[in-house]
Amino acid sequence: MIFGVDVASMLLGGLAAGMVLFIVSVGLSVTMGLMGFVNLAHGAFAMLGGYLIVLSMREGLGFVPALALGFIVIALVSVAFERLLYVWLYRATELDQVLFTIGLVFIAIASVTLLIGPENQQLTLPAWLQGQIDLGIVHYRTYSIFLIGVGVTIVVALWLGFERTRMGAQIRAAVDNRRMAESLGINIGRLFTITFAFGSGMAALGGGLGAEFLGLDPQYPLKYLVYFLIVVAVGGLGRVTGVFFAALLIGVLDFVLKRYLPAGGTLFIYALTILLLLLRPQGLFGRKSA
Amino acid sequence: MSTPLLETRRLSINFGALAATRNVDFRLQAGARHALIGPNGAGKTTLINLLTGVLKPTAGQVLFKGSDITAVKQADRVKLGIARTFQINRLFRGLSVLENVYIAVAERLGVAPSMLKPAGRRQEVVDEAMALLETLKLADDAAHRISELPYGRQRLVELAITLGLKPDVLLLDEPAAGVPSTESHIILDAVAALPREIGVLIIDHDMDLVFRFAQRITVLVGGAVFAEGTPKEIAANPDVRAVYLGQAGHG
Amino acid sequence: MTVQQPGLAGHPAAVALAGRHRVRLWEPIPWILLLGFYFAFPRYLGFGTELLTTILFAISLDLALGYAGIVTLGHAAFFGAGAYTVGMLANHGIWNEPITSLILAAAMAAAIGLASGLVLLRTTGLTLLMLTLCTMALLEEAANLGSEYTGGFDGLANLPIPPLFGVFEFSPLFPTVQYLYCLAVLFLCFVFVRTLVYSPFGQSLTGVRENTLRMHAVGAPVNQRLVICYTISAALAGIAGGLWAQSNAYVNLSTLGLDRAATVLIILVLGGYGRLYGAFIGAVVYLALSHFLAKPYPTAWQLGLGLLLVLIALFARNGIIGLYDQLAARWRPRRAPP
Repeated sequence: MIFGVDVASMLLGGLAAGMVLFIVSVGLSVTMGLMGFVNLAHGAFAMLGGYLIVLSMREGLGFVPALALGFIVIALVSVAFERLLYVWLYRATELDQVLFTIGLVFIAIASVTLLIGPENQQLTLPAWLQGQIDLGIVHYRTYSIFLIGVGVTIVVALWLGFERTRMGAQIRAAVDNRRMAESLGINIGRLFTITFAFGSGMAALGGGLGAEFLGLDPQYPLKYLVYFLIVVAVGGLGRVTGVFFAALLIGVLDFVLKRYLPAGGTLFIYALTILLLLLRPQGLFGRKSA
Repeated sequence: MSTPLLETRRLSINFGALAATRNVDFRLQAGARHALIGPNGAGKTTLINLLTGVLKPTAGQVLFKGSDITAVKQADRVKLGIARTFQINRLFRGLSVLENVYIAVAERLGVAPSMLKPAGRRQEVVDEAMALLETLKLADDAAHRISELPYGRQRLVELAITLGLKPDVLLLDEPAAGVPSTESHIILDAVAALPREIGVLIIDHDMDLVFRFAQRITVLVGGAVFAEGTPKEIAANPDVRAVYLGQAGHG
Repeated sequence: MTVQQPGLAGHPAAVALAGRHRVRLWEPIPWILLLGFYFAFPRYLGFGTELLTTILFAISLDLALGYAGIVTLGHAAFFGAGAYTVGMLANHGIWNEPITSLILAAAMAAAIGLASGLVLLRTTGLTLLMLTLCTMALLEEAANLGSEYTGGFDGLANLPIPPLFGVFEFSPLFPTVQYLYCLAVLFLCFVFVRTLVYSPFGQSLTGVRENTLRMHAVGAPVNQRLVICYTISAALAGIAGGLWAQSNAYVNLSTLGLDRAATVLIILVLGGYGRLYGAFIGAVVYLALSHFLAKPYPTAWQLGLGLLLVLIALFARNGIIGLYDQLAARWRPRRAPP
């Protein structure tokens, strides 16, 4: 009985962590699938968003308004970055994109360290999210339930957006075959700017939502880079459902392994990723490219 | 009838719901001068991709000198003797013309994996590459980088690379595509001067070129063989002309 | 069919190709400078040794990245493999003769390179990048966990390295022997890489990098070439790591981290990849700057580095050598009469 409760609450914690991973990584997956651009600086947007959210909450802003603010501001900031800098490297080699985005990460980390400081930023959850919810036999962390709820809402909203709207259809078409989509008259550049903005905003949201347990310090973009990349690669580029399940898988695995295999949990995840990608290089849900 | 050099039997490929190639039976004899024509999107390049192993068919077979090569990979088909040029140049742009052809000859001669002697001192490879360039009148450009050449001469280098492989079958995908009309004669002359023994399949839209060059013509429409015969037969075929009447202002 | 035309061998293109591998006038200069460093700065030989091992590491990456076009952020996996091979063999009293240990380090790194290359190099782009990162992270984690053998987070210190040839002692305080030893190994490895690069194999690697699709279409076994190149590159990185462990007489997790992998990539790009000597230039510039700036001003250093990377990606993708080439191209027409 207790074992059952233990597993359940661990699963829940893992799912909640997975939701945050999903929210941060979904933008990276779609922009990578859409433009083939290797954006290793994605985590920096998550970090900046997280900092914005935490600091504005310190100034008195409520949790939800802070999240909204983080989303909007980072989305707008990312548009500036995209139009002024990223756009020059769309035709560049993969190496140049890697160098460029690593450079941005360093700049972001250094700037945050200089302007705010190297310490971890604590996020105090609002009262209504603290504590536990009593669901009959078991108590679950309220915040975990909240995160799961938010995550599911977002994935459903995104899924609807991709399946039911015209822009969603355009994005899907462009991810599948960019040249064909262009010849059909789809404005890839504009699509990409919008997707990039949305994705970065989501990352900011994820940064804020996850600050409570992933932490928030200047090293964030590098600390979690491998995880974001794993989630995106395993899920399949440009596949929202893919990223969702991959993120949940990694989240749950990480939690479960930390508990039952504290030494070697991360190793297991790396090994599993390598194995998965060797068997299916396009990711669990990706489609083999021509 | 002797075994065809290159043959397909009921070759088909589907991309999702789209049948890009449908039940194509095709034969190319040694020494043939065969042209493949058809409207845009008829599946001509797809067929070449199937013949060379770039694409795997969903059904049917590809045979080379009588043996089934359907499962053989692209690089191995080249080793067997099937070479092709691409519609858009695929060259080593940062390297010189000589180095481009060198790479192909070195692969064929099995010299490429060697690690110790400098590439430039492999006299047999250099000599053969230079001789090839000489026959294509590219010798003067041998030291120039691809990026420095006009497009027409680049296209010629594309041909030179393939000839360096000493293929038995040569598949040319629109060899004069993108070449300004002032330069296209270089390509046409080179095509006309190709070694007699090899079987050549050429895709092109220029009907003058096609009718001058080809001994046999296959017309592909919607991924299937629409008509096949000598140039005279094809020119006289009313259905073929009807298919082409829809393609105004091209060729 | 081919008729040997007597004039063709003398054709400028053929001559140029034949002479491509010849040692140029300025090529001895870096070696003279490195040897001169030994005499000129006897108190900086620790820095010098670090420089030499870094150059070798960067050269190994150049083979994979600059010549074969394999973009990897995980090359420290092989550096660390070599370092830990030397470290563990010495620390547990199994084997510590310097030169043979180095060969073992190379073999271990090559084995890992071969195994990972066979499986990873079937992928490209982000997936490949990611897998190189994962492999390195996996090794780092393994080293962390196997603390019984690897010393875990603290690593293995005070490695007992016996004198070279039984005569020349590795002294941690006066690394004179280490410096010359590293220089000799670097030289040998460099000669090997240089020969490789100018060979038909090297030419085919350039072909793969320039136009992989075309290489398939000329019948080249592309994957096989990449794996061989990657394995050799790993072996060289392993030697660099082994040298590092022997010179410092210790090994720790830093030999396997993202920090080291990213730094060597930056160094190579800074100097200029695909140009053999770019590794030298990049290492000298980076390590010199880092020595003076990184320790006292770590955050500003990181900021500057980030800006440098952005600028390189946008304007100077071929690094210092690339910039030099551009300047040289602009000078030449002015010097030659029209």
